[in-house]
Amino acid sequence: MILSVLAATPLVGALVVTLMPRTAAAARSVKVVALASSLVALALALYVTSQFDVGAGGYQLTEQHEWIGALGVHYALGVNGIGLTLVLLTTVLVPIVLLAAWEDRLPASRSVNSYLAWMLVLEALAIGVFCATDAFLFYVLFEATLIPIYFLIGSYGGAGRTYAAVKFLIYNLVGGLLMLASIVGLYVVTARAGDPTYLLSDLSGLDVGTTTERLLFLGFMAAFAIKAPLFPFHTWLPDAAGTATPATSVLMVSIIDKVGTFGMLRWCLELFPGASEWASPVVITLAVVSILYGALLAIGQDDVRRLVAFTSVSHFGFIILGIFTFTHTATAGSTLYMFNHGLSTAALFLVTGMMVARRGSASISDFGGVQKVAPVLAGILLLAGLSSLSLPGLAPFVSEFMVLAGTFTRSVPAAVLATLGIVLAALYILIMYQRTMTGPLQPEVAHLRDLDHREVAALAPAVVLIVGLGFFPQPMLDLVNPAVDEVVTHVGVGDPPPRTPAELGGLTGAGAYVPEHGPHETEGGH
Amino acid sequence: MLDLVWLVVVVPLVSGLGLLVWGKEGDRVGHLVGTVASAASFVIGLVAFVQLLGRPEDDRSVADTLFTWISAGPFHVDMAYRFDPLSALFVLLITGVGTLIHVYSIGYMAHDERRRRFFAYLNLFVAAMLTLVLADDYLVLFLGWEGVGLASYLLIGFWQHKPSAAAAAKKAFVLNRVGDVGMALAIMLMFAQLGTSSIQAVNATVAGQASESVATALGLLLLLGACGKSAQVPLQAWLLDAMEGPTPVSALIHAATMVTAGVYLVVRSNGIFDAAPVAQTAVVVVGLVTLLAGAWIGCTKDDIKKALAGSTMSQIGYMMLAAGLGPAGYAFAIFHLVTHGFFKANMFLGAGSVMHGMAGPDGEGDVDMRHYGALRRAMPVTFATFGLGYLAIIGFPGFSGFFSKDKIIEAAFGESFWIGLAALLGAGVTAFYMTRLMVMTFTSPRRWLDDVHPHESPRVMTVPLVVLAALSVLGGVLVLGGWIEHWLQPVVGPSVHHELAVPAWVVSVVVTAVVAVGVALAWVTYTRTPIAQTAPADPDVSVLTRAGRNELYGNAVNDTLVVRPTRHLTRVLVFLDARLVDGLVRGLADRLGDTSQFLRTPQTGYVRSYALSILVGSLVVVLALLAVTLA
Repeated sequence: MILSVLAATPLVGALVVTLMPRTAAAARSVKVVALASSLVALALALYVTSQFDVGAGGYQLTEQHEWIGALGVHYALGVNGIGLTLVLLTTVLVPIVLLAAWEDRLPASRSVNSYLAWMLVLEALAIGVFCATDAFLFYVLFEATLIPIYFLIGSYGGAGRTYAAVKFLIYNLVGGLLMLASIVGLYVVTARAGDPTYLLSDLSGLDVGTTTERLLFLGFMAAFAIKAPLFPFHTWLPDAAGTATPATSVLMVSIIDKVGTFGMLRWCLELFPGASEWASPVVITLAVVSILYGALLAIGQDDVRRLVAFTSVSHFGFIILGIFTFTHTATAGSTLYMFNHGLSTAALFLVTGMMVARRGSASISDFGGVQKVAPVLAGILLLAGLSSLSLPGLAPFVSEFMVLAGTFTRSVPAAVLATLGIVLAALYILIMYQRTMTGPLQPEVAHLRDLDHREVAALAPAVVLIVGLGFFPQPMLDLVNPAVDEVVTHVGVGDPPPRTPAELGGLTGAGAYVPEHGPHETEGGH
Repeated sequence: MLDLVWLVVVVPLVSGLGLLVWGKEGDRVGHLVGTVASAASFVIGLVAFVQLLGRPEDDRSVADTLFTWISAGPFHVDMAYRFDPLSALFVLLITGVGTLIHVYSIGYMAHDERRRRFFAYLNLFVAAMLTLVLADDYLVLFLGWEGVGLASYLLIGFWQHKPSAAAAAKKAFVLNRVGDVGMALAIMLMFAQLGTSSIQAVNATVAGQASESVATALGLLLLLGACGKSAQVPLQAWLLDAMEGPTPVSALIHAATMVTAGVYLVVRSNGIFDAAPVAQTAVVVVGLVTLLAGAWIGCTKDDIKKALAGSTMSQIGYMMLAAGLGPAGYAFAIFHLVTHGFFKANMFLGAGSVMHGMAGPDGEGDVDMRHYGALRRAMPVTFATFGLGYLAIIGFPGFSGFFSKDKIIEAAFGESFWIGLAALLGAGVTAFYMTRLMVMTFTSPRRWLDDVHPHESPRVMTVPLVVLAALSVLGGVLVLGGWIEHWLQPVVGPSVHHELAVPAWVVSVVVTAVVAVGVALAWVTYTRTPIAQTAPADPDVSVLTRAGRNELYGNAVNDTLVVRPTRHLTRVLVFLDARLVDGLVRGLADRLGDTSQFLRTPQTGYVRSYALSILVGSLVVVLALLAVTLA
């Protein structure tokens, strides 16, 4: 029940905000109400976390009601460690985003009420997607997230917003359509086997023929690959991020795009482990291409928002690489990466958004020497940038290194190529920083204000978490480890044991781990 | 205190972070807070060192785990440290020289409005460098490794309004990242092959059971990392540019401590390198090439800091060479690292003092030695301390550098005559370029620009110089009675001495003679003909000089092989992404649109045309039925 309440909270907030007067005088109280409802959701999410038994594993806090009996559809919610991680990410980011969007300049004739209401609706849907344990419910919510984003881009974005919004919508609808085919397929398969069902618990043990499994897998995977986005299905993202407000970009890239990678982990790997393994060479190749391609494209951008969008293409490559390596190390890394990328990209989108709003241009070449007049802005931009390039000591390093180390045990070439991404990451961040913040102060930016208290307050939680989780990632890992273990065991590939295990006699802790599932000896080699 | 030795990291870390977030009100005392933090760290380190000294030899290693950093499935990394003879020496070097440089910077940065921030960065550097040397796990070491890289980036680019400083900072970071690829892959390989990245466990296992190919791969990957951090060929190109940073930074980070981290890494990984002769040979080659390349560059630069930076490359080349010699050289690599830390920091700070004194009316320090001359009288303390550093680096008998370099050359001869000869040649060239620098700066006739009034630096700057000068002279005591070999034995194993064809003192005499030749050559060259105030143009100098001035074309090579191809690739991809990848998507959409347009044409909305098509359709159906019935 608590999960339904959690998901409903922002929805109630959205409703209240919509009903409030749409006058300039009321704008402030509208914002306060929106922020307050997102903070209540955060508090509830923390309460959910406290109720979650970390050690027990499995899906917890479940609820289940029949929805469409004839089709075997249930309203079923529940979280495991992975889902809870993303629920936490969502509820942490939305208040940050709302606070950062406080002064967003909206197109004339657009009211702040619906702007904020759409964001809260999106939050509610995102929570639902991460909690759904019924494939049909998941599909419905997954598709429903398109609506708020469509309006957030199409109504409140900058120049070219209509094109970007339509492109986003159609691109994602195509993916959703393929998934719908698989959803129908699931009905056919389960109905033939007995009673139709969409419950994750029933589906994950499902035994269908190899060909059917692969076809069903492809339907899901197509939707997730577009959402994530995986090369070559990424071209909607830079356009969308280039026109959307920073707040929308954060909600879209940091949260909703995670549904893609989350979906791969929950639905592809749990429902179709055989097909996932079958497809992994292709997916790993595309992921590595995404890492390098996204990074190179980021280096070549002049629009700072598109730059951040391309860095995300690269980062999503890492996440997908980790998921399709099927090792505990890499999968745990990918899960943590989803959380960390959410934070670091949020910081990056928001702080660049503040730059862009001040200058009235997103072109990197329109800046120069800003550090001189806005040292706090420059400092936070640098920190967000360093987290994007995975500097050790900041949160994303831990997850990125785990993905790489976990990949290395399965595929040395993939790990080596992906590791080259760290050099490219240094280039795309530091070139951008150098061109905007250093050098002689350009006259056009000489009047730029530094960040005010509200802006610092909005960014501070992200900054604190980025630094804190760089040194103390273990609480998050404790949360995801049992769930990751279940997924990895389910797929059945696992971590190859070290060739020459080090003697750890008198040494601390290390090596205490004994894999519960027998990894195939034969696949350890390189 | 041994249980609390991790405080040496925490104190400067907290101070550094505090100074960063402290507002304007911190400007008045920020530099003092930073200096006290560094000094406190030194005191803790010193007490711990003395306690370690008091322990029996086989018990001089304190390791502990502060907390579990990362644990997921088979992947487990502890935030673990180890205070042993090797890290203890480094702790003293880093905090000791570090504190002196903090003190010096109080004066040097007195007029900089961002002085508090400067001290924050220095503190963070000290914390990161200590993490690097105290780490008991390669991933924790990597944390410090990247931390010093960040501090270096921030400090090289400290005067970031200068485009050259910002560019140099970025270049240093990126070239270091190339090395980091090696480091990162090495750690991944450790996990895949050994299941851990604990330094002790990895080295013990590689030395024992693992195959030689694993050891070789690990050694070469770590060497790549070391080349980046220690500015060794082929990743050397960033160090000379890094002189854009304030001079105390050059002294602390780009001479005494951070750039020597690569040497530390090789010595710390002795288990790996001892098991990998191929990797050891690679270390020797890298060291030799860099020691000669750096010396060559040092001979041709007129910029006093760049001349010293070339020298730093070259001296680290010596250390690398020694480290590559295995048990015969580990202790001497560290010995030279320590003495070099003293005399090079001394000379860099001296150069800073000179620049400070030669500052023109605009307050910008002048680095061009062609504008110096006759500073011996104007800056007596700087001259005296610099002179002592000079005698140390060229290896004047009795000075610290004499002992440390001599030992390396001796060990090199023990390995192979040719390696020894190259190292010997390097000593001669070192004497040449350092004498050139001394003559141009202090003893030759004055060539000052107008409006320049050389003056001695304030006490807060000269006192650290005096202390460092004393250490430059006396640092050699570490080797008396074989102390350093003995001290490091628990870490690197017993020192191996190869039999030489001649007694060791002959080598010393030969080295001293070669040094004397280098000094004499430089003295004759730069005192006989007057030094011009402007450098002769490139076409007027020899090919060798031209190559040295251009840093042996390292930048051109990087540019041609990497930078430009990457830039082109990026442009091509940006084009292709818009035209090809997105073009396909848009093309598909357009074709769909066209098809729809085409299908739309019959939908005219006119009843008569619909009636006509109904008629035609009906006719077709009727005819078809007829055809079927009749057939």
